[in-house]
Amino acid sequence: MELQDKVIKLVSEATKMDAANISLNTSFVDDLNLDSLDMVELMMKMEDEFGVEIPEDETENLKSIGDVVTYLKSKSH
Amino acid sequence: MKLNRVAVTGMGAICGLGNTLNEVWSNAIAGKSGITALERQNTEGWPVTFGGEVKNFKLNPELMDLKDQDRFDLFNQYALHCTDEALKHSRLLDANYAPEKIGIIFGTGLGGFPHLEANHKIFLEKGARRVSPFFIPSVIPNMPEGLVSIKWGFKGINFAIASACASSAHALGIAASEIMLGRQDAMITGGTEGVITGYTIAGFASMKALSKRNDEPHRASRPYDLDRDGFVMGEGAGVIVLENFEKAKARGAKIIAEIIGFGASSDANHITAPHPEGLGALICMKQTLEMAGVAKEEVGYINAHGTSTPLGDVAETQAIKKVFGEHSYKLAVSSTKSMTGHLLGAAGGLESIFCIKALETGILPPTINLDNQDPSCDLYYVPNKSEMRNVKYALNNSFGFGGTNSSTLFKKAD
Repeated sequence: MELQDKVIKLVSEATKMDAANISLNTSFVDDLNLDSLDMVELMMKMEDEFGVEIPEDETENLKSIGDVVTYLKSKSH
Repeated sequence: MKLNRVAVTGMGAICGLGNTLNEVWSNAIAGKSGITALERQNTEGWPVTFGGEVKNFKLNPELMDLKDQDRFDLFNQYALHCTDEALKHSRLLDANYAPEKIGIIFGTGLGGFPHLEANHKIFLEKGARRVSPFFIPSVIPNMPEGLVSIKWGFKGINFAIASACASSAHALGIAASEIMLGRQDAMITGGTEGVITGYTIAGFASMKALSKRNDEPHRASRPYDLDRDGFVMGEGAGVIVLENFEKAKARGAKIIAEIIGFGASSDANHITAPHPEGLGALICMKQTLEMAGVAKEEVGYINAHGTSTPLGDVAETQAIKKVFGEHSYKLAVSSTKSMTGHLLGAAGGLESIFCIKALETGILPPTINLDNQDPSCDLYYVPNKSEMRNVKYALNNSFGFGGTNSSTLFKKAD
């Protein structure tokens, strides 16, 4: 599975939103209506799934699925 | 100062006997047991493996979306479920009370223990960075009130009462007083609890408080019976809608009963054991009758605290005899915990509902498993079968660890 699809699958399961409605452009706040607590929980799940540590000040820049995918790719090199 | 009358206009219930008010009541008056072997968790190594567990519960996603259902502990979900039922029953949302004149006070003895345990395990095994940001909101005892207020937009009083197993009975009294004083027009009250976990059971079992009749769960809760050996854990909620009587009448609400008195007292004796002669219980039953201005001879039914512990059932019986004198042998007493188990902080809410239904229907729910009555408990406990009896006043008793006591008196609708 592509990294992008893995992220979408994880977000879909965490938010109970249909994966078909989630794309790279999907914004966590504007489209998925997540609040700050939702975001903390989601980042924990990302860290568990992808084996990375996402520092707190970094999470503020992760506003969309695309941001997360780009960030994770940068960590894997 | 003239106090407002307080009407009961709606109810919602969930416990081991059923997931709606009608299911719970019809099983209660049929004398069924809601106590079974526990099914939701692996009980290997637990000292007690049975209880009054709620079965097949799935909260309506309109009341809490699915992602939040994973996050919010059971007692929150039971409160939303029963509030929804009670609001529909009362048709309160059709009334035109100002939002700030509708308040919420529930009783909860312990709060979100299941999520507390789960997050503690995560903390120990995976570290602080994996503790859920929803851990604290999910477990604090007043979150059910918060969720109800957010869901329906009620902007009045909003807090929880904690007095162990007397919590929801105290909640009813305080909620009623808010209406009596005119501070609120309507109150959502009662109690909610969902703490059947290995850790909680271990705690109560270490106190020797629980029945260990693991081979016969349905016979384990047996108040006033010689073979009783402790209480049985239950869970669930009982939610009651209270309204300013005159305003409820003016809007055409069906008035089911009235709350006319309540009392609260302390044993000042021991952290967990009841006062041997039920002194605190006596004080609060007397207070309740005095507040209501009702003669003791007029009370026809008592839903007792009656937890099926060796000491508690005797102490409460003695207190009833001291308060009611000769009349204590004429009135009917029953412990519905024989069927539901002990809902701890939610007990007073559910058992007040049993009092109200008894007034409404003229049917008294029984004490089941009363096969061999303890001579120290010599009142009439409606043994094993419900009974038709028209009653005008019904009293609920609820007592809690810390030596705290509460009684509430209900009057049949005119």
